[in-house]
Parts: sequence; C-alpha cells; structure tokens
Amino acid sequence: MAVRSDPTRPALGRPPSPRGGGSARVLPGLIPGLVALAFIALLIGGAFVGLLVEAARNPAGAVSAFDTYLLRIAGFTLWQAALSTVLSVAPAIVVARALSRHPRFPGRAALLRLFSLPLALPAVVAALGMLALYGRAGFLAPLLGWFAGGDWPGIYGLSGILAAHVFFNLPLASRLLLEALDAVPDDRWRLASQLGMGPRAAFNLVEWPAIRVALPGAAGLIFMLCVASFTVVLMLGGGPGATTLEVAIYQALRFDFDPARAVALTLAQLVLTVAVIAMLARIGADPAREPNIAVSRRRFVAASTGETAANAAIILLAALFVAGPLAATVAAGLGADLTRLAGEASVQRAAVTSLALAALSAALAVTLTLALVLARAALEAARRRGADRSWLEFASDTGAGFVLVVPPVVIGAGWFILLRTIADVFVLAPVMVVTVNAVMAMPFVLRAVRPAHDAASARYDRLAEQLGITGWNRFRLVDLPPLRRPLATGLAFAMALSLGDLGVIALYGSDAVQTLPYLLLQRMGSYRTQDAAGLALFLGLLCLGLMLLADRLGRRASR
Amino acid sequence: MKSAGLAVTLDQAAFSYGGAPMLFDVRFEPGVITAIMGPSGSGKSTLLSLVAGFETPTAGRILIGDDDVTSTAPSARPVSMIFQENNLFAHLDAGANVGLGISPSLRLTDADRARIAEALSRTGLAGMETRLPGQLSGGERQRVSLARALVRDRPVLLLDEPFASLGPALRDEMIALLAEVQGERGMTVLFVTHQPEDARRAAARLVYVEDGRVGASGSSADMFGAAGPAAFHRYLGARPAK
Repeated sequence: MAVRSDPTRPALGRPPSPRGGGSARVLPGLIPGLVALAFIALLIGGAFVGLLVEAARNPAGAVSAFDTYLLRIAGFTLWQAALSTVLSVAPAIVVARALSRHPRFPGRAALLRLFSLPLALPAVVAALGMLALYGRAGFLAPLLGWFAGGDWPGIYGLSGILAAHVFFNLPLASRLLLEALDAVPDDRWRLASQLGMGPRAAFNLVEWPAIRVALPGAAGLIFMLCVASFTVVLMLGGGPGATTLEVAIYQALRFDFDPARAVALTLAQLVLTVAVIAMLARIGADPAREPNIAVSRRRFVAASTGETAANAAIILLAALFVAGPLAATVAAGLGADLTRLAGEASVQRAAVTSLALAALSAALAVTLTLALVLARAALEAARRRGADRSWLEFASDTGAGFVLVVPPVVIGAGWFILLRTIADVFVLAPVMVVTVNAVMAMPFVLRAVRPAHDAASARYDRLAEQLGITGWNRFRLVDLPPLRRPLATGLAFAMALSLGDLGVIALYGSDAVQTLPYLLLQRMGSYRTQDAAGLALFLGLLCLGLMLLADRLGRRASR
Repeated sequence: MKSAGLAVTLDQAAFSYGGAPMLFDVRFEPGVITAIMGPSGSGKSTLLSLVAGFETPTAGRILIGDDDVTSTAPSARPVSMIFQENNLFAHLDAGANVGLGISPSLRLTDADRARIAEALSRTGLAGMETRLPGQLSGGERQRVSLARALVRDRPVLLLDEPFASLGPALRDEMIALLAEVQGERGMTVLFVTHQPEDARRAAARLVYVEDGRVGASGSSADMFGAAGPAAFHRYLGARPAK
C-alpha cells in the first residue's frame, strides 16, 4: 500500500474528484470508532484530571509527599521487578533449551499447555496457591522447615513476591524463548548435526544467537508485568519493606486516606511505566504479546544420554515448580467446606455480581474493539485513495495497545480522587470495574478480532463496493458473520480477565459491592484461609474454563 | 429482459500506482465480447478497475454509453464485475449471493426468489440455492457469480480472468456459457484473459495492452491473423495461426 498512497504523485490535469462511494463508506464506519476512542480517552483522561485537580488543590501536600518513603517504594518496585525478571528469564533459557533439544517426548504438549496456565489464572488465585504451598501453614512447610532447621517462616515479603512472579513468568519466558528456538530454520539444525556439533558448539552457534534476539523482548515484557504487578504484592508483600507503588496508592486511598500522597505515588508510577514502555518500544517488545508454539518439530539433534538425563531433570523441575501451586490450589480448595461456602448468601451475591460485571465488561470490550476495527478499516480504505496515514488511524490501531501502559489501579485512583468530593465513590464500583476492565481487555480482544476482519475485508471489499452493500447492510451481511467466532473468543477472554481482577475492586469494593476476588481478599484478611482457598478454586476453574473456551474458539477460527 | 449493451470509452484516462504512468484511450464496442490481453503488470486489471470505479483516473474521463461516470460510485455504474476469485460471500448460500445482486440489504420478495432460481438454472445450478460456496466446486462458484450478474442485469459485464483457476474442460464450458448468455442478453463484455483460445473462441474483438497503454486493437480474426500487430504476436510467441 505504501506505493499506492504516494502523496507526491503529480496531479495530472485535475485533482481526483471525491466519489460518492468513497466518502459515503468512510463516514458511517468511523463514527462508532470515534465514540470508542472518545470513551477510552475520557476514562484515562478523567483519571489524569483527577490527579491534576488534587495536585492543584493541595500542591504543598503533593510536593511534600515526594519523600524518602516514596523513593524507597519506587526503588523497591524496580528492584523486585528486576530480580523477578532475572529469576524468570535465566532459568527459562535452560528450560527452553532443554525443551528444544527434545522436540518429541510423551507429555511435551501437555507440558506446554501447563506452562500456559499460570497467565490464564487470576493473580489472586495464583498468589493463594503459592501460600497454600509455601506459606507458613502450607503443604511444604514441614519439609522446608526441616531444610531451614527450624520453623518455616513462610513466604511473605520479597521472597513471596519473587516466587509468585517467577511462577507466572518463568513459563511465559520459557515459551517465548522456545518459540524463538523453534523459529531457527531446519536447515541450520541439519547443518549442525551434519558438522557433528556437540551440545556446547550447537548452543554457541545455533541456539544462543536465536535466544539472544528474543531475550530483550521477553525480559522487557516480564519487567513491565512485574513493575505493574498489584495483586501479588498486595497479597504476598507486607509492610513498607515490601510494598510497590501500586499497592502504596491503594493503601494511601483506602487506609490512610491521603489523596496528596496518592497523587504523588500515582505520578511516580506513571513516570516509571512511561520509562519502561519507552525502553520496551526501543527493544521492540509488544505489551500484548502471546507466544505461539508449534506442537512438535522434527528432530535433528541426538542428545547424549548424559545430556538427556540433565534435560529431563530440568524439565521435571520446571514442571513441578509450575504444577505445584496449581495442585496446591486444588488441594486447599477441596479441603474447604465447599457446600457451606456455596450456600452462603454473601458468596452467592459475590458470584452473581462478579459474573454480571464480567459479562458487561466483556460486552463493552468487544463493542469497543469492533468499533475500532471498523474505524481503522474505513480509514485505511480512505487512505488508499491518496491520503496520509492519520493519527486517528494510528490511534485505532497500534495506539489502542498503549492503554496497557496505564495501570488499572492508576485509572481507578484518578477517578477515586476526582469523584470523592462530589459522589459516594463506592456506589460507582460497578461502573469503574466494568469500564476499566473492558478497556484493559480491549487490546487482547483486538488481537483476536483484527486479523479475521482484515482477511475478510481483503476478500470482500471490492465485491461489496461493486454490489453497493454499504453501512448497516455491510456490517450485518459482510463484516459481522466472519467475526462471530473471534468475537466469541474475545468475549470469553475479556470475561475471564475481568472476573479475576482485583485491581479496581480493591479500591472501590465495599460491603455493598463485592466480587469474588474482593470477597476472597476479605476472607484472607480475617484469617478464614479455608474459605479463601475454596473461593480461589471456584474462581480459578471459572477463569480457566473461559480461557480454554477462548483458546478453543480461537483455534477453530484460525483454521 | 434484455439489457442492450453500452459502449465503454476511456478518454485519455490517466492513472498511476506511483510507478510508471498509465494512459488509456480506447473505445469498447457495445453489445460484443472484447478480450483484453497483455503481459502481467501491463495494466489490464487496472483498466477494468477504472471502468468498474475501484480506481479513479488522475486525468481524463470514463464514459459508459454517453454518460460520464468518472466520479460515479462503483455500485451506481451500469456495470457488473466477476473477479478471479472471492466473488461469493463464504457465509451466505448461493441463493443469497445471487440475491445480493437484486437487493444489497438482502430483502427479497417472492418474485425476486423466482428470478434467483431462474438465473441459477440458466447457469446450470438449478436447485442449488441453499448450497454454501464451500460446498461448490470452483466452476460452480463462478456460475453463481454469473447468475448474480444475470439478475443484476447491467449493460456492461467486466470479467477479470474469471476462469483462470479452472481446468481446461471446465474453462471451455464456462466460455461457451458466457458466449450463450451474452448472445441472449446482448450486454457489452470486457474479458481479461491470458488464454488465446478463450479470446479466439468467444471474443469478437481484442484489445492488446502493453506498458500501461493500448498497444493494438481490432477484430479477433484480424489480431490473430498473420497480418496482426507484431507486438501482439511477440506476446503470443511462436504459435501457428489457425
């Protein structure tokens, strides 16, 4: 298209006349997209207005809140993220290499599926699983205590945060690096085995170059996820020694009620995320990235017996590390009095609230995505006729992914500060949960929907134009039918994301509006650990089911 | 129902994708099949796109009959077009795909449905209304496209290598069907093809496109004849004139 849209082409005779067909098609497609962009801008902009208004109201307070406490917390945020990244990525190199050396063994596909589970699980469930396994009263406490030579203190604070982050990100990093190794051309492997390269030479000459290319992207993505981690730090961190900026924002608003401090913390978090994003953009990482691994590759390398044994041990260890907390979640959940729990009115109410809010949020996410996809297509169609790529087209395309850089807690905090003087913020909980989660899910839904839409559009644009199928008819007869399945994928995915969210509801939750994650947090806070474990099992199964559904629908769609 | 063909005129129509400029100045006779031939990238498809309205000339005019359609939307031009592939919406059955030629909103009366059935049976697909494109062969899909062109009933029919992906026997059948239908309706047909046999069999006239302009044109017989234009014969290569 770059050639076609050359704006410098000489105007021969007279300028191209605007055609009825062209302009009539552009406008109707554009309006929903503009509304969607305006909505997203309002949601994020409103949060910023809240912060600015508060800062202007009490500038001295905001400035004085930039104290050593804030610096220490900002430092801890970066420190734990850096450690989490190193602890996730370094072992992942070994794991990915072991998996790549053995492209076929029984259970390999199941193992890769297992590695995709942690990120599909709500953070609140995973954090609870870590506690159920490694906590002071966890399943492994006796064993770990024996190793430690005394009572096992449990994983709280930095160690807990790191363990949970590695649980999430080691499998992610392994999959990303394995994807990079799988992308090495078969011929290079053939050559390596033909030249008789041993494992070391093959690593230096074939594997490491591929890993090195993928490493910055994987590390950057994980660093960003850890900088913005809220739930894990809230549940496993503790005290001023192990608090990140996001959790500090939450504490400033919910416990200390210190808006000036919240403003300062939020600004610091924003500066941090923007810096991290700038770094990510520089190394070309994608915040909405998902690894895509072929199930098995042909085998060209014959590993020696010793290496095979070492690799088997590495793979087994990684599998145990990932499966452990999952199994602990199930075991602890089954240990809870599930029938009593299911009969409790508060649990039922929270379940209904959760499902309703998640469904609304998913519907909103899908609607926003659809509007943006159609707007982008309309803008591209207009551009083909000679215009430049506008900021609007960018905003409905790559730009949409940038909402991920604004942490949900920051948006929640901004509106919390803005609205607290004029309304009861806790009444707004449902609105905030639905809208913020919808906007956060949107980039992922976009990823499922856009390729399908663009493929259909490439096939049908001229046909529809020729037959005069425009506007609503085009949407109904041409655009929508091929998108049903990707939209269903997006819907299930967005619903799972929203169901498991603890960020916004932690700020806005109250006795009046409780979701399952919020209820879980409350039960933990009042030391009803068994109840929390039961809720976690239920929530985990629900989200996992939705994620699997999304995955299955997506697979069939791409066939 | 006979849509008398209209002449199609490109009057010094200039266009460029940013590379070498193209300039078409040619008149297509009304009511006959004209084959358009030429090397890949010579501008055959661009010429059809200009007539269909998918591209707008940077200078010059496009006339259909006596009407200047240079800035008319594609669907408002008295033109139907059949592409090489993707002529059908995969999620709509054959009947609906034909029906879109009658109503872009697919609101069809019983009379419309009768017309659809008639067009499908004319193209050899009687009773296949409820088949989805995926259940049809490549040749059958192009028959559905032709049926839609029949119900749309526009004076000009543009064909952009519509039979290129069909085997020789199927292509022969389709060419014969096209010639029959054109004989009944008398519409003007512009037919881009790479196959000299197609042009010989069905086209009364032939336009040779080369380097973004019309290199030569005339009756098929003259063009293929021993005294035909040298450039066209170079393009055909050494093949004995029948």
